[in-house]
Amino acid sequence: MSNGAALTLDPLRLVARWSLRTADHVGRFSFLIADMFRGLAEWRIWVPRTLEQATAVGYGSLFIVLLVAGFAGAVTSLQTGYQFTGTLPLYYAGAVISESMILELGPVLTALILAGRIGARYAAELGTMRVTEQIDALESLGRSPVSHLLIPRVIAGLLVIPALTMFANATGIIVGYLTAKGSLGLTYADFEYGARYFFRPLDLWYSAIKSVCFAGALTTIPCYLGFNTQQGAEGVGRATTTAVVSASVAILMLDALTTKLLLVAK
Amino acid sequence: MIELLDVHKRFVENVVLDGVSLEVKDGETLALLGPSGVGKSVTLKMINGLLRPDAGDVIVDGLHVPQLGRKELATLRSRIGYVFQYGALFDSMSVAENIRLGITDETCYNDAKFCEDRVLECLRLVNLPPEVATKYPAELSGGMKKRVGIARAIAGQPKYLLYDEPTSGLDPVNADVIDGLIERLRDELGVTSVVVSHDVRGSFRVADRVALLWQAKIRAVGPPDEILASKDPAVLQFLERDLEMTLIQAESREGEGERGGETRGRNV
Ligand SMILES: Nc1ncnc2c1ncn2[C@@H]1O[C@H](COP(=O)(O)OP(=O)(O)OP(=O)(O)O)[C@@H](O)[C@H]1O
Ligand SMILES: [Mg+2]
Repeated sequence: MSNGAALTLDPLRLVARWSLRTADHVGRFSFLIADMFRGLAEWRIWVPRTLEQATAVGYGSLFIVLLVAGFAGAVTSLQTGYQFTGTLPLYYAGAVISESMILELGPVLTALILAGRIGARYAAELGTMRVTEQIDALESLGRSPVSHLLIPRVIAGLLVIPALTMFANATGIIVGYLTAKGSLGLTYADFEYGARYFFRPLDLWYSAIKSVCFAGALTTIPCYLGFNTQQGAEGVGRATTTAVVSASVAILMLDALTTKLLLVAK
Repeated sequence: MIELLDVHKRFVENVVLDGVSLEVKDGETLALLGPSGVGKSVTLKMINGLLRPDAGDVIVDGLHVPQLGRKELATLRSRIGYVFQYGALFDSMSVAENIRLGITDETCYNDAKFCEDRVLECLRLVNLPPEVATKYPAELSGGMKKRVGIARAIAGQPKYLLYDEPTSGLDPVNADVIDGLIERLRDELGVTSVVVSHDVRGSFRVADRVALLWQAKIRAVGPPDEILASKDPAVLQFLERDLEMTLIQAESREGEGERGGETRGRNV
């Protein structure tokens, strides 16, 4: 204990300890990802479990994702009206609403919500399985926890999250249009003209690529943290909160990165 | 054959095993006794590779467990049944699915009819009614969970069985059923077993040999009567304390038996 207190007082040691821990995490995380790629060969095991996970996670998340997307569309629409009325032609609103939904709000808000829903769920489930020795039990039967537990969860996320993102995009745009119609008197023809004028097919791809990256982060990080849980109920709690926070941070960092790589490079 | 050769294990500064050597011959049942927290579960987990020794070697079926790759370890484990101290049932699956996962042979595992029969047979062996098959672990009592854990471990007809306190938390009748099962598996199928236990009386009955783990080392090992006749103060201390406990338990059980019987009669 006295040792711990001394460590926290010495900034150099603190940094050293932090870097060691980070390096350890990065190393073990990479090994786990490599394990998952190797486990893909056991498709007989993970395919049926993936479908189970995907239905469990997908249906359950649909409502909250659409709710958030709807509000995001409405707020974008109201703000566009507030900032642009009188200065720009009205059809611009159509462009702003659809582009900001597809490019940013749809993928990012969906991912952040799901980091709290799916990420927390994965970390807590796997953490509990770890501390109650269920993962050891699986190994003791000569079965691989990676292909029984991790691959199905990650792939279910990779399938479901981009799909949810597309629903979120659509909902956001529709609600945004309806709000603009109510508050600005925007006609459907104007809206469609604006939306089409600035739309490139690449944008939808971009939205999908982004959501796949986010899905990767928000499934693998919680799986890794849950899988390596230690020390009972407290450990499960710690793994879950850490999972949500680090998945959210990873999503925001990936957001900046993908925007820079895919949009700005053009 | 299971062999531990000079095995060392520590968790940070807590030295749990300090040069443990042990041998379990084919077809033999060894009882591993010792006070709580001495490292019995740790020793058992070394045998099927769930924990790795810091130094020393573990040889099972001629294979050096700590050096095995992922694939070979999985194949070896499918021949070793492990009964976890706290059951470790998969709580998102029904009892039947839990036991089915214990069927380690892939062709058998994919044969639905075979699995159904095997699940029912295993339930019968651990004295559980067939209705339990559709229940979930959360709906079971502690002793039932324990017995489902045993059913899962024996479902794959393993050559080796490692029991971590198979009878703790069971009533005397079911404890006897499990002890009988351990004996039958040895006599009829030639299974090699290690039974970790607190229960001196039960384990002296089922074991061919008994080993006492005491302060990170194997203090004594030999046939039950030899251990009972031992003059080693550690053995005496452990046995006396434990025999006293069993005597007290037995006495109080007899006292409660009459009253317990009445209440049970009324419930049924
Ligand atoms: N994963 C672990 N991390 C740290 N210490 C551990 C771990 N597992 C076991 N230990 C320590 O090893 C020692 C032996 O534990 P073990 O579970 O083998 O005891 P045991 O003999 O099975 O006791 P019991 O009869 O109560 O089950 C204990 O002091 C325990 O604190
Ligand atoms: Mg134990």
